[in-house]
Amino acid sequence: MTSATAPRKKGRGGSLGWLALPALAFFLAFAVVPLVGVLWLSFTTWDGLGEIRLTGLDSWHAVLDNPGLMHSLWVTFLVMALSWAFQTPLSILLGVFLAGRQRYRAVLAVVYFIPLLLSSAAIAITYKALLDPNFGLGAGLGIDILIQDWLGEPTLALGVVIFVVSWQFIPFHSLLYQGGVRQIPRSMYEAAELDGAGRVRMFWSITLPQLKYTIITSSTLMVVGSLTFFDLIYVMTAGGPGDATRVLALDMYKRGFQANLMGPASVIAVILVVVGLLLAMLLRRIGGGNNSDSQLEGA
Amino acid sequence: MGLPLGAALAACGTSGPSRPGAEASSSGGAAGAATATYWYLSVQPQEGVRTRAMERFNKANPSGTLKGTTFANDAFKTKIKTAIGAGQAPTLIWGWGGGGLRSYVQAGQVEDLTSWFEENAAVKDKLFPSSFGAATIDGKIYAMPCETMQPIVLYYDKRAFEKINAKPPESWADIMALVPKFNAAGIAPFSLGGQSRWTNMMWLEFLFDRLGGPEVFQAVFDEQKDAWSNPIAIDALTKMQELIKADGFIKGFSSITADSNADQALLYTGKAAMMLHGGWCYGSMKADGGDFVSGGHLGYMNFPPIEGGKGDPSNTVGNPGQYMSISSKATPEEKEIAKKFFATELVSETSAKEWVATGAVPVIKGADKEFATSEDKDFLGFVYNTAVNAKAFAQSWDQALSPTAAEVLLDNIAKLFQLSITPQEFATNMNAVIGK
Repeated sequence: MTSATAPRKKGRGGSLGWLALPALAFFLAFAVVPLVGVLWLSFTTWDGLGEIRLTGLDSWHAVLDNPGLMHSLWVTFLVMALSWAFQTPLSILLGVFLAGRQRYRAVLAVVYFIPLLLSSAAIAITYKALLDPNFGLGAGLGIDILIQDWLGEPTLALGVVIFVVSWQFIPFHSLLYQGGVRQIPRSMYEAAELDGAGRVRMFWSITLPQLKYTIITSSTLMVVGSLTFFDLIYVMTAGGPGDATRVLALDMYKRGFQANLMGPASVIAVILVVVGLLLAMLLRRIGGGNNSDSQLEGA
Repeated sequence: MGLPLGAALAACGTSGPSRPGAEASSSGGAAGAATATYWYLSVQPQEGVRTRAMERFNKANPSGTLKGTTFANDAFKTKIKTAIGAGQAPTLIWGWGGGGLRSYVQAGQVEDLTSWFEENAAVKDKLFPSSFGAATIDGKIYAMPCETMQPIVLYYDKRAFEKINAKPPESWADIMALVPKFNAAGIAPFSLGGQSRWTNMMWLEFLFDRLGGPEVFQAVFDEQKDAWSNPIAIDALTKMQELIKADGFIKGFSSITADSNADQALLYTGKAAMMLHGGWCYGSMKADGGDFVSGGHLGYMNFPPIEGGKGDPSNTVGNPGQYMSISSKATPEEKEIAKKFFATELVSETSAKEWVATGAVPVIKGADKEFATSEDKDFLGFVYNTAVNAKAFAQSWDQALSPTAAEVLLDNIAKLFQLSITPQEFATNMNAVIGK
């Protein structure tokens, strides 16, 4: 705690540091301790059953020398980049639309949010059934173009995974953007209208720049979140066909719990943490450092 | 899920009368009634057989009962491993023997039952000798074979064969000749749940065996260097890819899972003509397939021989049984209960009858006399004869190998079926994990 001699200089809330204690304890117990444990396990050999033996860098060598790691990293990157590129524009457009005052907006909003209510496993099972080339939607309705080996062709499967992931998370990000758009002062639009700006112009010149921080928040969530995608992909493709959709989290699970290699699995976990931290920091930097500065004129 | 019933009944048995009946055992410190724990799989109809066997045992032995908990297949595999690793294993450890059992043995987590079987030769004699292979690690028995024998069977749809006016294959050449005929008729030659990967593996198991006998895989199991590069192995892998390239399997097989029984559905809905699958499919196809089984449309046979192959055509592969071990961390009282369960209800005639009623062949000798009254007697007799007459009944590869090697194997099999690696690359990748 800060000393009593300078009670108010450290800015607001400085003396209320103890309020953070419960959260801190929680974070320590459920994030820091396991993290240290995983770091330690990454220098051991353990099959999950017998004794844990310290083996130095063996596990790191086993993972880094394996071409499977680069492949999983690449797949993870593809899922991250493509699902970001797919989700962001759609989420912004939907968010802007939902923040408006059109007719039927409320009804449509409810419809858009349905995917958010479903569990990933349920979504995966449903899509798997719908996309089945023999019993799925295409075969059932006799629509030839829908009868593809959606989850059996490497490129198609990756595309489907990205589509389904996006389908699931676009509602959430739309919600963020909807909130962001509503924060923009109406006065700016009124001023622009007086200057003769059209809707499209207003979108590019006011809405989008004003959403900068929302975009950064949403992108951080997407990018870091996509590092840990697991359930949906596991149920839908199990990483297949072959290893076409084997993202890092799936690789970690397979090594740890199917192949009984806890050491290498921990190595991948450490890599995931590091990559996640780096990405989050990078995005913060792109965002111009201090997120708490207000962009709102006069607000 | 299926837990409440079994657990509640077990609880009824323990609370009351057990204390007086426990006749002050040597370790007086162990307070409370003796209860051994038992985890098992929750899929019906097998779950019911397991639960009822436990209930009968508890009724007969109120002084030392079993308390059951059920899990779904995949959940069980992870959960039991974690529990054993954490030193909190149930008294009875249910499994598939082989490589998984070996990892428990190496960690010192399961009881050596060799001397118990010597003392209880009558129990051992009730079981098929072939079922003990996967329970034996380095010459010692660590598990009790139980439940059912499940050889892999070549199922076929008689209607599909009538449609193209052909006979079931009697050789590999017949299979390759049937492929274009079925494709021309708009029927997929073979159904396959390729996403599950072990489904593909069953094909390789038979190709290896028919071409070179069980010795080829035995060399891998015995950790011989470069055992996968055996020319017979390469030949088998090449034949496998030839069948895939000839469109032998249903379109989209690599996204079909066996867990959802979609592969069986392809067979009984007439979309595919044949399917290589475990003996357990009979029961589910009978339940889900409408009149497919009851109407006599289902045919079955052992995998045909391959021209010039050295393997005995009577050989089969699959699960020679399921296996139950006793946790070495259990208390002496719990171990006693477990052994009593092994010697009584697990091999009882009632249990054997109940397994037969599910359309499966129990590992108990003489179970065939229960078949006569069953409406599935033809299939049961076929499975029984396949299992008993087999010169070699090899255990599934993924069960025989260590979990580490099995995962690499399944991974490479998936790639082989995707045609993304050649037989030589497959052999190289697999040689690297021999003995791991």
